[in-house]
Amino acid sequence: MTVASKPPVKPGWSFGVITPRVGLNIAVIATLAAVPVYAALTGNTFALTLFTRVVILAIAALSLNLIMGFGGMVSFGHAAYLGIGGYAIGILAKEGIGSGFVQWPVAIGTAALYALVVGALSLRTRGVYFIMITLAFAQMIYYVAIGLDRYGGDDGLTIYHRSQFDGLIDLSNRTAFYYLCFGLLLVGIYLVWRIVNSRFGMVIQGARSNERRMRAIGFPTFRYRLVCFVIAGAMCGLAGALLANHTDFISPAMMHWTRSGDLIVMVVLGGMQAMFGPLIGALTFLILEEGLSRLTEYSNLILGPLLLVVAISIRGGIDGLITGRRGG
Amino acid sequence: MLYFFEQFLNGIQLGMLLFLLAAGLTLIFGIMDLVNLAHGSLYMLGAYFAATFAEWTDSFLLGAILALAATAVTAMALEVIAVRRLYGRSHLDHVLGTFGLLLFFNELVRLIWGPAGMTLSLPPEMLNAVEVLPGLFYPLYRLVIIGVTLGVAVLLYLLVMRTRLGMLIRAGASNREMVGALGVNIKLLYTMVFGLGAALAGFAGLMQAPILTVQIGMGENILIAAFVVVTIGGIGSIRGAFVAALLVGLADTVGRTFAPDLLHTFLSESASSSLGRALSSMMIYLVMAIVLIARPEGLFPAAGK
Repeated sequence: MTVASKPPVKPGWSFGVITPRVGLNIAVIATLAAVPVYAALTGNTFALTLFTRVVILAIAALSLNLIMGFGGMVSFGHAAYLGIGGYAIGILAKEGIGSGFVQWPVAIGTAALYALVVGALSLRTRGVYFIMITLAFAQMIYYVAIGLDRYGGDDGLTIYHRSQFDGLIDLSNRTAFYYLCFGLLLVGIYLVWRIVNSRFGMVIQGARSNERRMRAIGFPTFRYRLVCFVIAGAMCGLAGALLANHTDFISPAMMHWTRSGDLIVMVVLGGMQAMFGPLIGALTFLILEEGLSRLTEYSNLILGPLLLVVAISIRGGIDGLITGRRGG
Repeated sequence: MLYFFEQFLNGIQLGMLLFLLAAGLTLIFGIMDLVNLAHGSLYMLGAYFAATFAEWTDSFLLGAILALAATAVTAMALEVIAVRRLYGRSHLDHVLGTFGLLLFFNELVRLIWGPAGMTLSLPPEMLNAVEVLPGLFYPLYRLVIIGVTLGVAVLLYLLVMRTRLGMLIRAGASNREMVGALGVNIKLLYTMVFGLGAALAGFAGLMQAPILTVQIGMGENILIAAFVVVTIGGIGSIRGAFVAALLVGLADTVGRTFAPDLLHTFLSESASSSLGRALSSMMIYLVMAIVLIARPEGLFPAAGK
């Protein structure tokens, strides 16, 4: 497998637009694109499973970066959208509605609707209060899922048939499913990039740095932030639908508050406000988790302090490390 | 009526316990502006230390005292080595760093004490029940928890309002830079506040240990409840934490006790039991959402933030 190697950029010369950041992004995308080939050649299906998970959680982290990194809205309940998307698939599948053309819009729509309600109520608060109220709503959804006795309650629910797309794509084909997730991730990154660089995105970012000023020059910032919040919720709902199809299983555990913590860790680790940051963060976090758990039974003894060191010493996450960007 | 009163006492007891956790959390929040997700780990450590020391010394009381000291020392060492480097950083860095600590402590406890969990048994005289009202027997130990935590709350109030250290803590909460500029050793003050908060968390852990099993992750759910208390009370306000802790404790117990019965009046047995279970677990978050929607800065916003 040949991968575009990272060019050594020294002061005074460079490869034009190939900055270290672009180099890393190309390397990551090329690696991800090649994973199924590698899996097919070596028969290592585990790699494909792991990387499918990476790609799906990268979509979730991407949506979190949109509101947290660009919008300054630190949501500590983002796993709720994963759960809502997943439960939409699971519940519909159990009730005999297997068509993905129904399941997926329902998953995305429900997540968006939930985001609309949570956003409308939470965006009045600021700072740590916002962190806590988003967490509170996610906890409520978590306990609702535990209360759903018909759909497995605490134990969760097995999904026997993945979403059906009438021969358009067969999701039980691992390679096809992987490339679908990968394609959706790329579309997602493009979408976020378009949003962030649009007039709408400028208002969102303006509201992050100085909301009062944005309001003073006439922008109804609440509405802008709410729309942004709903877009992120819908995107994460899609990730939840993918995750349910990937694991063939849903349970309240996918909404536990530590899962929301994981998503925040991925975004911060990769580098907030970097377009590829969430992907790089998800990749690093999940590979680290996997690698360390093979190394030792007590992997978190290493992972935990590592996160602490990252929080203390690296500003702007891995992206900041690569670009030498300060602050963040 | 007696049943209601018993549940009321249960609510107070839970509330007092949450206050111990929330007081430390809100102090650390208010003074160092630190979001500390590892606070629940210190609660867990307190319980493990107590179970271990009580086994060694064959005395609940001695074990508790040693555990309290051990938790505080561990926390202060942690503050000096790692946590103080997080001050002044963004809340997200706090979440990342202290989330790492939480993972670390869970794993460390598993390494040292094993995955099985422990039990801390009470001295036999504590196992009795007391007749608090004619016809109502209530476990003595739960009454002791209420009494002791009330005592701790009073001591904390005196410490913060009547001593020099408390004066510095209050000053630090309203303007850190100024306190530092006036020549106070702010680093030492921070370490002491962190140790105090940890001791309160450890105390909550060891008091709760005989009622629940001592296990890994025991600090995680109660941590979130403590965050709820801190947020409802208004970040940095100990008085707010006290009121909110009682509110949350009572709301949780009332929800747990009465929601299924209440729903049963218009729903089937199974529907009301599952819905009631969900609703009662949601109760405290519902209270918090309502409070924050009405008052975005909590019930008692800390002055001069």
